[in-house]
Amino acid sequence: MEVLQLLLSGLANGCVYGLVALGFVLIYKATEAVNFAQGDFMMLGAYVMIGLVNPQFMGMNFWLAVPVALLIMAALGYLLDLTVLRHMFGQSQTAVVILTIALGFVIRFAAGLIWGHEPQSLHSPLRLGDVRLGGVVLSLADIAVIVVTLLMTLALWQFFQRTKPGLAMQAASQNQMAAYYMGIPVKRVQGAVWALAGVVACVAGILYASKGTVDISSGFIGIKAFAAAVIGGFGSLPGALMGGLIVGVIEPFAARYLPAGYSQIAPYALLIIVLVFRPHGLFAQVRTKKV
Amino acid sequence: MRFHFKTSYDHDIRLFPDWWKFSLYATLVLVMLALPWIFQGVFGGRTAGFYLGEMTNVLIWAVAGLGLMLLTGTTGQVSLGHSAFMALGCFLCVNFLDAGMPFLLAFVLAGIVTGLVGAVIAVPALKLHGVYLSIFTLALAILADDLVVILEHWTGGVNGRMAPDFTLFGASMNRWANPQGWYFLALGTAIAVTLLYRNLLRSPLGRAFAAVRDSEISAQAMGIDVARTKTLAFGLSCAFAGLGGALMGFFAGAFNNETFNFLISIQLLMMIIIGGLGFIHGAFLGAAVIAFLPQALSMATDFMGSASIPGLEVGVFGAILIAFILFEPMGLYGRWLKLRVWLELFPFARRDMFRRQKSYLKTERLR
Repeated sequence: MEVLQLLLSGLANGCVYGLVALGFVLIYKATEAVNFAQGDFMMLGAYVMIGLVNPQFMGMNFWLAVPVALLIMAALGYLLDLTVLRHMFGQSQTAVVILTIALGFVIRFAAGLIWGHEPQSLHSPLRLGDVRLGGVVLSLADIAVIVVTLLMTLALWQFFQRTKPGLAMQAASQNQMAAYYMGIPVKRVQGAVWALAGVVACVAGILYASKGTVDISSGFIGIKAFAAAVIGGFGSLPGALMGGLIVGVIEPFAARYLPAGYSQIAPYALLIIVLVFRPHGLFAQVRTKKV
Repeated sequence: MRFHFKTSYDHDIRLFPDWWKFSLYATLVLVMLALPWIFQGVFGGRTAGFYLGEMTNVLIWAVAGLGLMLLTGTTGQVSLGHSAFMALGCFLCVNFLDAGMPFLLAFVLAGIVTGLVGAVIAVPALKLHGVYLSIFTLALAILADDLVVILEHWTGGVNGRMAPDFTLFGASMNRWANPQGWYFLALGTAIAVTLLYRNLLRSPLGRAFAAVRDSEISAQAMGIDVARTKTLAFGLSCAFAGLGGALMGFFAGAFNNETFNFLISIQLLMMIIIGGLGFIHGAFLGAAVIAFLPQALSMATDFMGSASIPGLEVGVFGAILIAFILFEPMGLYGRWLKLRVWLELFPFARRDMFRRQKSYLKTERLR
């Protein structure tokens, strides 16, 4: 029973990691850039929601605020691409990595200025009530996280496999010039994917804030989400969710069965092991580069 | 503008291309050597000690920055984990001192061992490219943070260690009692590392580094053993970072896992980009920015009459970095190079002389 409880709470945490990792993978899939600020996007999404819902700020109805927050984050993502990232078009991946790290610092600073540095929690209807299944206790928020994450992954996966814009995004990353020849507006597609990443980050942020408290360094769970994305193999959406779940499940078990101090290194140790033995993740999509 | 008429192949790899360059750098070294007395004359007493401490800080950051520059700027491998090697260097140095070694031996040995460890770690890391390597090294940095806590016996755990007082050439090295001594220690290390770096760049190995950076496949085609080159670059880079870390920890007086947080390695990376990626000068310029920015900001907030804003430093640093990547990817030193060419060619300099080459992106993923 205890194992089951650990497993389920791990799965719920893992879904949040998976959602942030989805954001990484989205952007990587469509622009070949890695957004190190995705964790901070999530933090920002959570704060936007808190700003809309919590009584000391705007005090909106929760369900009304969700689409508004999603829209705000989509707009922010698009604006960020328009003002900053579009200038990086055609430059090395490394430069984008460093740029997004810097963006993360700036976002954290701005969030600290606007919403303060104390941990805050979202007034969320998901916070009420637990569900008991046999001897296992699950909060409503945990269930919501799991359900939303699964739906989201499925939807995005299908979006990339089936729909025209999804295929256009993949084409834009696989070969920019050829994509242009095919009539794909590569830059606009990239803007759209940043907006989409903003939405995913906002969903992750709302769920994260419903589970616990948020402060400006919450964005650092982005690093665990990284581990998730890499374990799953960057560029694979189901892989990202899988990686997130693996990291999420390992954590509570390591905390329970390993001596104190060793438990928090478990996800990173796993990441290093995976990178050493399967350099491109479990769902690898890379073969040797050709000239 | 000076023209170099090259009459032998040695001209290409001389340490200084001409007498003018040599005298410039010689003057710089002389001024740096005389700096304690200059500061004493200008500021006098305690203020001089404070500014000398700041200069020492710049030099220490520069040593660590040179380490990362060798890896990222010269060999083109981005590492977000150099704080791990700085921590390793620092704790090794303390433990060597505990074992009764004289400081100089402990210090150099700490650098060498850190380099060896780095080279060993580089072997699996070699298989990784670009972003994967950054993430691998980021994980290393976070692991190192926790390992410092776990290995309490050597590192003092969360409480950390006090830097022991040590003697160097008969002088007691205490940061507060002997700022001059510390300054010369940092300066000596910086000069030694810079000379080593510069000489590396002139050797076949240094050219192999640059070849690997520019294109791994072409480097391989030219007969360069890419794996060996990357391992050496990683090891050397870690050795420099270890030296820098040892100096940084000892200079701070006390150090624990937080001193070598993974944010330090990100800061280090940002520093060399602001300074100018791929230039030795860039490490020093970036170090000056990182060391003086907090002072400048606190002066600015004082001037504006507002209370200090938490996190301002990091936020401003991020903003500066974004501006540099967007508008001047070659960093401060690159800006100076452009300015110099403009002056030398006046009025014939043209904007497109420094046009950045853009290329269409292709994925390495095939599915």
